[in-house]
Amino acid sequence: MTFPDGTEAVHNITLDVAPKEFVTIVGPSGCGKSTLLRIAAGLLPHSAGEVKVNRERLGFVFQDATLMEWRTVQGNVELLAELRGMSAKERKARATEAIALVGLKGFENHYPKSLSGGMKMRVSLARTLTLEPPVFLFDEPFGALDEITRERLNEETLKLFMREQFAALFITHSIAEAVFLSTRVHVMSARPGRIIATFEVPFGYPRDAELRFDAAFGELSREISHALLEGHA
Amino acid sequence: MTTVDESTNVVAEKRSQGQSRRSKATGARESMLRRGQRTLLPPLLLGIFLVGIWYFISYGILDEQRRFLLRPPHEVWLVGFADWGNFTEILAGLWSSTQVALIGLAAAILIGLSLATLMSQSELIERAVFPYAVTLQAIPILAIVPLIGFWFGFGVSARVIVCVIIALFPIIVNTLFGLLAAPRGLHDLFTLQRASRLTRLRKLMFPAALPAIFAGLRISAGLSVIGAIVGDFFFGRGDPGIGQLLQRYANRLLGEQLIAAIIMSSLLGVIVFQLFGWLQTWAIGAWHEERDAEF
Repeated sequence: MTFPDGTEAVHNITLDVAPKEFVTIVGPSGCGKSTLLRIAAGLLPHSAGEVKVNRERLGFVFQDATLMEWRTVQGNVELLAELRGMSAKERKARATEAIALVGLKGFENHYPKSLSGGMKMRVSLARTLTLEPPVFLFDEPFGALDEITRERLNEETLKLFMREQFAALFITHSIAEAVFLSTRVHVMSARPGRIIATFEVPFGYPRDAELRFDAAFGELSREISHALLEGHA
Repeated sequence: MTTVDESTNVVAEKRSQGQSRRSKATGARESMLRRGQRTLLPPLLLGIFLVGIWYFISYGILDEQRRFLLRPPHEVWLVGFADWGNFTEILAGLWSSTQVALIGLAAAILIGLSLATLMSQSELIERAVFPYAVTLQAIPILAIVPLIGFWFGFGVSARVIVCVIIALFPIIVNTLFGLLAAPRGLHDLFTLQRASRLTRLRKLMFPAALPAIFAGLRISAGLSVIGAIVGDFFFGRGDPGIGQLLQRYANRLLGEQLIAAIIMSSLLGVIVFQLFGWLQTWAIGAWHEERDAEF
C-alpha cells in the first residue's frame, strides 16, 4: 500500500485469518497496522496486491468507542441494524440480546456521557455484535482503558469469540493482550510496515485469567518482545 | 457594530455556561434558599450601588437646568413605568419590534440552515459561498440603508431585512461547523454500512451539529433584537417600534421615557437570549455536556 505522496505504509504483507481464528498484529505506533486494518475493511484503497475479506456484515471496532452522544445505549446499539434496514422489532431484539451479552443490562436508557470508558467500549462491542459478523476487525479497541478494565474486557472478548465463532483480526501494541487473546501473533515493524515474525500461541480455549501468570505465557511474551526490539533496531 | 455585539454575546454565553457549571457543582450541597442568596444577592447589591451613583449624578453633579440629561430613578419609574399611558406605548413599541425580530430570525434560521447544509455537502459550494457569508457579516448596515429602502420601502419589510442580514452569519457558521464536526469514526461506521448521503446527513451530521446550531441560534436571537431596533431608526414607517420611540423620546427630551424604553429593550434582549438557552437545555440537555469550546 502506497499513499499518493509516495509514502509506503505497508509492504509485502501476507495475512490469512480463518473462521474461529483469532489473529493479532502487534507493532509500535506508526508501523502501519491501523492502515492494514482499514485496507482490510475497505475504508482505504490498496495500491498493489490482493485483499479478500468477507465484508458482508463486517464487524469493525474502533480505537475509541465512537458512540453517538445524542443516542441512549439502546439507540447506539441499534444503529448498525438500523442502517441495514432491519425492522424496528428485529433490531430491538438484537440490541437487547447484545446489551445483555456485554453485561450492560439496566443501562439501556443511559446516555454515553454518564458511562465510563470501559462501559462505552462495551456498548461499541454490543453494537457490532448485532450484525452477527463472521469477521471481526479490532483497531486497538482497549488501548485507552486502564489495565484492570482492559484485562476484564479481554476475558469478555474471548467469551464472545467462543460463543459467536467469528474470525478475528486484532490490532494492539500490548504484548500481553496479544498473547492472551490470540491463536496467532504477527509482529510488525515500521517504514515500510511489514511482518517480521509470526508466533503460534499454543494455549487452547477457553482461557483462564490465571493464564497470564503461566511460565509458558511469560516465555512467549518475552520472545515476542525480543522480536519487536529487533524490528526496531 | 454587529461584530462588537456578537462578541459581547459570546462573553455572556461563556459566562452563563461557567455559572451554570459552578452552581451545578455546588448545587447538591446547598438549599434552594442559600443558592438563591448566592446568585441573587451580589447583583442586587451592585444594582443598589449603581442606583446610588445614578442619584448622585442627577442631584449632585447636574444642576436643575441640566437635570434633563439624566432624570433621577424615581422620576423614571413614575413617568416611564407607573404612568400606564406611557408604559403601554413602550410595550406596544416593544411588541412591534419583537414581531419584526422574530420574523427576521425565522427567515435567518431558514436561510442559514439551508445554506449551511448545502455547503456541508459540497466543498465547491462551501468555497463559493463562504466569502459572501463573511462579506454579509461585514456590511455596514448604514451603507446599504438607501438600497434597502429603494427595494423594500421604509416599513416593516425593510426592518425584517436588516434583522436577517445581522442574524444570518452566526447561524451559517455554527451550523456548518457543527455539521462538519461529526467524528470520523462514526463516518467510517456509516461508510462500512454503505449508508446513503441523506442517511448520513439525517442520522449523523445533523444530530451531531445540534449543540453548535443552538449556540448559533442564541447569538442570532440576540442579534435579531438589535437588528429590529437598528432597523427602526432607518425604516420608521408603519407601526412605531421601540427604536422609533427611543428616537422620538430623545428628540423631545423626554428623559424619563427614554430611559424606561432603553431598560425595556434591554430586557427584551435578555429574555430572548434566555429563552433560547432554555430551548437548548430542553432539546439537547439530556445528552449534551456543555464544554468551553462551543464556538
